[in-house]
Amino acid sequence: MRLQQAIGRTSFWVFGGGLALMFLIPLIWTGVASVSPHGATAQQEGYGFANYRTLTEYDAGLPTYLWNSAYVSILTVIFTLVLSLLGGYAFARFRFPGRDVLFLLIIAILMVPYATLLVPLWVLMGEIGLRNSLFGLALVLTLYQLPFSMFMMRISFEAVPREIEESALVDGCGTFGVLRRVLVYAVWPGMITVGLFAFLHAWNDFIAPLFMINDSSRYPLSLAIATLRQQTMGAVDFGATQAGVVIMALPCLILFVLLQRHYVRGFMSGALKG
Amino acid sequence: MYAAPAALFVLLFFVLPLLLVGQMSASERPLLQGGQGINFPDNYAGIADDRLFWPAVGFTLKYTVIVVVVLLVLSMGMALLVQNRRRGVGFLRTAYFLPVSLGLASASLLFWGFYSPQIGPIDPFLQWLGITDEPVRWIGTPTMALISSIILVVWKFAGFFMLILLVGLQSIPNEVYEAARVDGASKVQSFFRITLPLLRPSIALCLIISVTGSLLAFDQFFILTNGGPDNSTTTVVMMIYREAFRRFDLGSAAALSVVVLLVLLVINIAQFRYLRRGADD
Repeated sequence: MRLQQAIGRTSFWVFGGGLALMFLIPLIWTGVASVSPHGATAQQEGYGFANYRTLTEYDAGLPTYLWNSAYVSILTVIFTLVLSLLGGYAFARFRFPGRDVLFLLIIAILMVPYATLLVPLWVLMGEIGLRNSLFGLALVLTLYQLPFSMFMMRISFEAVPREIEESALVDGCGTFGVLRRVLVYAVWPGMITVGLFAFLHAWNDFIAPLFMINDSSRYPLSLAIATLRQQTMGAVDFGATQAGVVIMALPCLILFVLLQRHYVRGFMSGALKG
Repeated sequence: MYAAPAALFVLLFFVLPLLLVGQMSASERPLLQGGQGINFPDNYAGIADDRLFWPAVGFTLKYTVIVVVVLLVLSMGMALLVQNRRRGVGFLRTAYFLPVSLGLASASLLFWGFYSPQIGPIDPFLQWLGITDEPVRWIGTPTMALISSIILVVWKFAGFFMLILLVGLQSIPNEVYEAARVDGASKVQSFFRITLPLLRPSIALCLIISVTGSLLAFDQFFILTNGGPDNSTTTVVMMIYREAFRRFDLGSAAALSVVVLLVLLVINIAQFRYLRRGADD
């Protein structure tokens, strides 16, 4: 029996550990490759940050691209939070005309494939002067965050006992006062989840900027690095690309490790209700 | 009142574009001129005539079937492996899940270097092992390009599906398994008779997400294979992009969008029905 257990534990470790290695190796490799010497990169000999220097000097420069990405992501997070905080409050606490239709419409965004709306959105943004603008891009990215975030904020508000706000209402607070002074603190975890998802999505998205942005100085990181690899004097730059991957991945990995609990919980409440 | 911003937003950036894409698909609308003539069936008829359209549909379907099967089987195995709390399980879960936090574009760029004959580590490793003599052309042939993309996508998403299945597995009460064991059921029997049926809602959810996601595949092919070699990995969504921004034909890009939208709507409704039924059982 003990032998059987030992075999079971060993095979668990060999199998599970081997699989874990296969998942970790590409991640580790890209970090190492970005600083190690290779013929097809700026880092010719020894270890160092020459690839990162190439990246810093590429076209509009890394700081610009980092800023573009950060700006779009933060705007997306703000738009998503404002819309879903107010909307979630409304859906959870008030009856108003068109309530069900609106909620259905928001859920219907899930049914419409991402890429199919980008062509008309491109035209529409052109009409209102927001094409090729990071502000417009953030609006597009917000659209696809709405179903999840509205759903999430609605259940967050519904989970707050009504007594809490009733006492505040009696004390002479308006409904907005209740939201601002009381409820925001109660639905805080939901807001972190919603913000995290919106940030990760906006930071990583590739197809929306590809459609919406044509001025290379306004590219977010994902687009800049995808175009950089082909453009460095006609030759591909593998090293700078991997340095770019590291820079794109780092914020996501850090955020994920810090907010893992929220990610999993938010994900579960979304997944189980389908 | 509090819903007004959301309502306005949805009207402006969801309902209006939906109407617009329908209207565009029926009109002549080259990208650079403002031509607006009615061109009703032509945009749609043009799609089927496109030399690349049917191969793209075929490729997208083939890719979807393989990815869905591989992802489901692998992530189910992973979920079963790490479902019980024991030493080291937390580490394994995190390791499997880490690639999920990367974007698909970053992952594609990563694997583009990983597979490259210039700096990629796999070819030297295989040669060191003596398995191959010369570099494998990871994205150089249609078959290898498909396999390489699938490896990338599975690496990126397996942890995500593992999480869905893990949540499902943990909602199955332990008593059910104990009762089965008392009745003399083997582990294999209880997996097929208890775990799989009770896990149906989670499996259905994985199915919906992976089918929809794969049918709309774009980033991985645009970045990793660029649709090649010989257009062998061009997907339907890549065709929308090509029509709009390479051929500057917004009308047919819109028509293609409408077709994709309707097809996916039908598929989604069918899948949601299935999921609903699974949840009611």
